Amino acid sequence: MRKMLLAALSRVLQGPAAAAAARPGAVSEVSRVVVASRNYADFASEATFDIKKCDLHRLEEGPPVTAVLTREEGLHYYRTMQTIRRMELKSDQLYKQKIIRGFCHLYDGQEACCVGLEAAINPTDHLITAYRAHGYAYTRGTAVREILAELTGRKGGCAKGKGGSMHMYAHNFYGGNGIVGAQVPLGAGIALACKYFGKDEICLTLYGDGAANQGQIFETYNMAALWKLPCIFICENNRYGMGTSVERAAASTDYYKRGDYIPGIRVDGMDILCVREATKFAAEHCRSGKGPMLMELQTYRYHGHSMSDPGISYRTREEIQEVRSKSDPITLLKDRMVNNSLSSVEELKEIDVEVRKEIEEAAQFATTDPEPPLEELGNHIYKNEPPFEVRGPSQWIKYKSVG
Amino acid sequence: MAAAAGALRRLVRCGPQQGLGRRLQLRSGIHGSAPAAVQVTVRDALNQALDEELERDERVFLLGEEVAQYDGAYKISRGLWKKYGDKRIIDTPISEMGFTGIAVGAAMAGLRPICEFMTFNFSMQAIDQVINSAGKTLYMSAGMVPVPVVFRGPNGASAGVGAQHSQCFAAWYGHCPGLKVVSPWSSEDAKGLLKASVRDDNPVVMLENELMYGVPFEMSEEVQSKDFLVPIGKAKIERQGTHVTLVSHSRSVGHCLEAAAVLVKEGVECEVINLRTIRPMDVESIEASVVKTNHLITVEGGWPQFGVGAEICARIMEGPAFNYLDAPAVRLTGADVPMPYAKILEENCLPQVKDIIFAVKKVLNI
Repeated sequence: MRKMLLAALSRVLQGPAAAAAARPGAVSEVSRVVVASRNYADFASEATFDIKKCDLHRLEEGPPVTAVLTREEGLHYYRTMQTIRRMELKSDQLYKQKIIRGFCHLYDGQEACCVGLEAAINPTDHLITAYRAHGYAYTRGTAVREILAELTGRKGGCAKGKGGSMHMYAHNFYGGNGIVGAQVPLGAGIALACKYFGKDEICLTLYGDGAANQGQIFETYNMAALWKLPCIFICENNRYGMGTSVERAAASTDYYKRGDYIPGIRVDGMDILCVREATKFAAEHCRSGKGPMLMELQTYRYHGHSMSDPGISYRTREEIQEVRSKSDPITLLKDRMVNNSLSSVEELKEIDVEVRKEIEEAAQFATTDPEPPLEELGNHIYKNEPPFEVRGPSQWIKYKSVG
Repeated sequence: MAAAAGALRRLVRCGPQQGLGRRLQLRSGIHGSAPAAVQVTVRDALNQALDEELERDERVFLLGEEVAQYDGAYKISRGLWKKYGDKRIIDTPISEMGFTGIAVGAAMAGLRPICEFMTFNFSMQAIDQVINSAGKTLYMSAGMVPVPVVFRGPNGASAGVGAQHSQCFAAWYGHCPGLKVVSPWSSEDAKGLLKASVRDDNPVVMLENELMYGVPFEMSEEVQSKDFLVPIGKAKIERQGTHVTLVSHSRSVGHCLEAAAVLVKEGVECEVINLRTIRPMDVESIEASVVKTNHLITVEGGWPQFGVGAEICARIMEGPAFNYLDAPAVRLTGADVPMPYAKILEENCLPQVKDIIFAVKKVLNI
């Protein structure tokens, strides 16, 4: 009886929150509404958890081995990770229907990384990553509908349909980069700007286990360390660079040590609290002027490298299933919250329902929004330039270009 | 007497080639002799431009190999590190791909970097960052992420530096939408274009020429001003003419003017156009000139295939000027070989004044 009453109460209180959740950046508002309702005694306000100790490189001390999770935070992380999970699965669906074209690199399985990182930094900090970027586009403030509409190539996409899957940008989020490893020097350059402007901001520069063998990354390690740039180098090690396992690609698979003179930590990337605490630790290091740090997040992608890769020719279905059943980041958080009275199965189910609805609505938008007008073809060649003409496929076809 | 001695000293110091260039400048009458005009080398003009732009905008900084404590491999940044310090003038390790990416990232985050390549041959190592990161990002982000970075350094042939150090990249970078590409010849060009490039909110590739660094040009008082800019995308008519249009960029402009000075004795008046900008190219100026002269010759140091001259010819074919051509357009280019070392071979791998004169006579059938 009590449970039913509480469930009803929870639904009533989350009513306005569901509407709020449809707007970008509104997740925190949802949490605020929830906070107001948490006065009933069944839920704890916070709980402390043991988290895995990080392996350390050139560090005497590492991040803490316990983490405090408030109910508010937990619900926020859960909702965010679930949103990304469902968004990626919807993208899979749309790709198979041929509504999304070209490259599509999905992030499901790795949600704890992008949500954990964001939880540890400020919106005024900067982040850049490679092409498996949909999760980051969301955590950095892009609405789901704008992400999906970018994937379907519509004018309502976050880059007006001109970028596609690998080229989504937001405030203090520099993509979405297609060339493996190229984003790493860019990230150090952003960190240089942070230091130059003196505003205590840092840059999180992400790359994968495949990219970790790129020469330009070592050039960047050198300059970042030399000039003490406030840059956290983050290797998202999901064990496979396309179809090549880490053992077959790297003479040393201790990616957190590959920065040599740069201190590094190896983090359980499936545990959002581990990611959050490690990032706080690294951010503090950078902000204090000590120079760069390297984090290796051990994570896993359920999908293949991209939608054209079934992902089972170089790994077994058993392996994928094992990770799903034992290490799924959303399940891990859910179990923690339910077992420690931070939430209930019903409450989290409610969130699932709301998220599904949000994704459906976003997909509806993404499949009905019109494609960009042809005039858009010539735009954004130059910034702050008087309008000029851009050549089309022949001398008689011209487009006007405005920045 | 003292004035003559002074003139002689200047000629001797500059060397015969450069002195000739200077005399041509004065003779051409384009600049004239304004009361406060001074002789400034291309090197000093670039140095002034850097100094002025660093002073004007705190977000501007210079990075590259040897730019700071060495005063610049070619002394272009002489004195700047002493004046502005480590924050604004940054010596990099020999890591082109890395530091070019760093420059581009810094531009994305709101700074205005000038990224020096010791020569553009080394930019090949970093070309992905120039084209894919700098050139395309504004478009891919639908206008959200501008990249106000300048890539500059010596381009093309030098003297005896061999094949790997002599390539011209005008066609390579000029090929790519999203970039602007400029190529100065004179000191006025160098100063005005560098300043304009730094103030431009887009990625600009500035192709200088090492052999021009030591060449002095007259700079009027107007050009000396701190706000003098050369507009990007506009060619300059260096010499008016009626019989044939010579279009060129960078060092070859000087050769065209020399050829014009010889040809004028035979009654041939060449119109010499200094492109100044490779992309966006000022085709209109070339067309207007060809409509007037009915003959076109392009002159460049780069290789012939898919080059600047090839582009100009194609565009002339597509436009109104085609109907005014009395002969097919002609291209003078670098020889279609990697640059050899031996002096006699190297000399014959670039269009010389005699080649221009020969081509003019061929085209005019005289």
